Amino acid sequence: MTDVILQLNNVESAYGPVKAIRGVSLKVARGSIVTVLGANGAGKSTILKTISGIIDPQKGSILYHGEPIQKQDPAWIVRQGIAHVPEGREIFPLLTVRENLLMGAYTRPLGDKAAVEQEIEQVYGYFPILQERAGQPAGQLSGGQQQMLAISRALLARPTIMLLDEPSLGLSPKLTHEIFEIIKRINRERGVTILLVEQNARVALKYADYGYVLEVGRIVMEDPCSVLREKEDVKEFYLGIKDSGVRGTRRWKKKKTWR
Amino acid sequence: MLQFLQLVASGVAQGCIYGLIALGFVLIYKATETVNFAQGDLMMVGGFLGLTGTLAMGMPFWAAFFAALVVMLFFGMALERAVLRPLLGQPAFTVVMATIGIGFLARGIVTMIPEWGTDTHVLPVPYKDQVVHVGGLVLSMEHIVIVAVTAMLILALYLLFKHTKIGIAMQATSQNQLAAFYMGIPVRRINMLVWGISAAVSAGAGLLLAPITFVHANMGFIGLKAFPAAVVGGFGSIPGALVGGLIIGVVETLAGFYLPEGFKDVAAYIVVLIMLAVKPNGLFGENLRKKV
Repeated sequence: MTDVILQLNNVESAYGPVKAIRGVSLKVARGSIVTVLGANGAGKSTILKTISGIIDPQKGSILYHGEPIQKQDPAWIVRQGIAHVPEGREIFPLLTVRENLLMGAYTRPLGDKAAVEQEIEQVYGYFPILQERAGQPAGQLSGGQQQMLAISRALLARPTIMLLDEPSLGLSPKLTHEIFEIIKRINRERGVTILLVEQNARVALKYADYGYVLEVGRIVMEDPCSVLREKEDVKEFYLGIKDSGVRGTRRWKKKKTWR
Repeated sequence: MLQFLQLVASGVAQGCIYGLIALGFVLIYKATETVNFAQGDLMMVGGFLGLTGTLAMGMPFWAAFFAALVVMLFFGMALERAVLRPLLGQPAFTVVMATIGIGFLARGIVTMIPEWGTDTHVLPVPYKDQVVHVGGLVLSMEHIVIVAVTAMLILALYLLFKHTKIGIAMQATSQNQLAAFYMGIPVRRINMLVWGISAAVSAGAGLLLAPITFVHANMGFIGLKAFPAAVVGGFGSIPGALVGGLIIGVVETLAGFYLPEGFKDVAAYIVVLIMLAVKPNGLFGENLRKKV
């Protein structure tokens, strides 16, 4: 991979005594969409929280543009151009949609006001519904609209790289595709690098360029998504495609080999 | 009827004081989910600062008023930094005990300062003993000033919270602290500022109250009346705190006049009990569920 923008080297993080990720190494190339797949509790969100400084890693290093950023203040990390769209949206429910967007731009200097206004208009271009609801409290939006707001809010920090934590959570398949189309557009049109964490492997593999599979805190497999989609284990355990054997029967319990 | 209106007018003035202290409670509660039991004592310290400003330093009353507000702003911020922030992440119980401790400490230290001591002091104000006749009503200037200054303070806070970036960030932090971290909002500094504002508002209440009562080390116990105000308004709502304060103030004044001796002091708590039974969230309690 050329031009690595973000790199994790053997990162270990824990919640108290519970180790959530046990030595994760991954690379994100500039301008790409990279996804980390994994089941519940595999440590996907922990990876993102560690990158954005909410959790400090116990071991390992995180390099952004080749410089270590681990154990820095979350506000500092946002200012470097890493924006986090948290799991479960985490919007500000009593602020209006517009105020939520302004909070996304919090780290930008006051002199940027005109640029921020312009970008709010751009974001409304991606999600016209947000413009209609600009003056409403964000807590009154539907789940999908809140997800749109969360993504837009992160965009207003003018990120180089955006960390997306389960954008499909709780959304209908149709809405999920709509949101992923926009994510792809943001990636292509604005050149925002995207690190995406998903349980919905089918959608993630469709839209991402490169993928990692995380199991109980360890990366067990990595490849371009086009390759990953064809791997037997990924097909069976993440896509639910069962390959019946020659005799038309399957072994009911199969070991994952990750080959 | 005239008598009734007269009572309501003085109840409203009293209620403004309760409302301001309740506002102090609510600000801190919303931002940090702790109840600051030293709120009344911050008010008392503000009163003494005004006293020193006018008597010892010879400042005009309004200059001393604003000086006391500014000093209390920094005092509140220092308090958060020195006492509350090290307790971050500790159980709520620990933090509440710490605020009770701050209250006792403040009362103790004030009595040790030679000029302040255990005496009751009179705060000289330029509008002392003036009255205004409106229709048949006789309104004392003290009460009018209380209402007017409260209105100005509330307006200032409203503009701060609605129309400045830092104010919106304060709201954001109180609604979703984790998300505020994600946005790069300096949450700890915001909480410090909230403590400062809360202390300043309380000091304002103390300085407004001083002309009708006195300045003394135990004047902070009026904070116990501001609690019912905050609860009635719905703990966590800024307009609620003010409305709650007005209700408690008016009810208390009326109860003191029309009901038998002793009801004045319990009236506020009776209102709270009724409120908790009928509408536990308070008048302005916010209730927005999180969508999955």
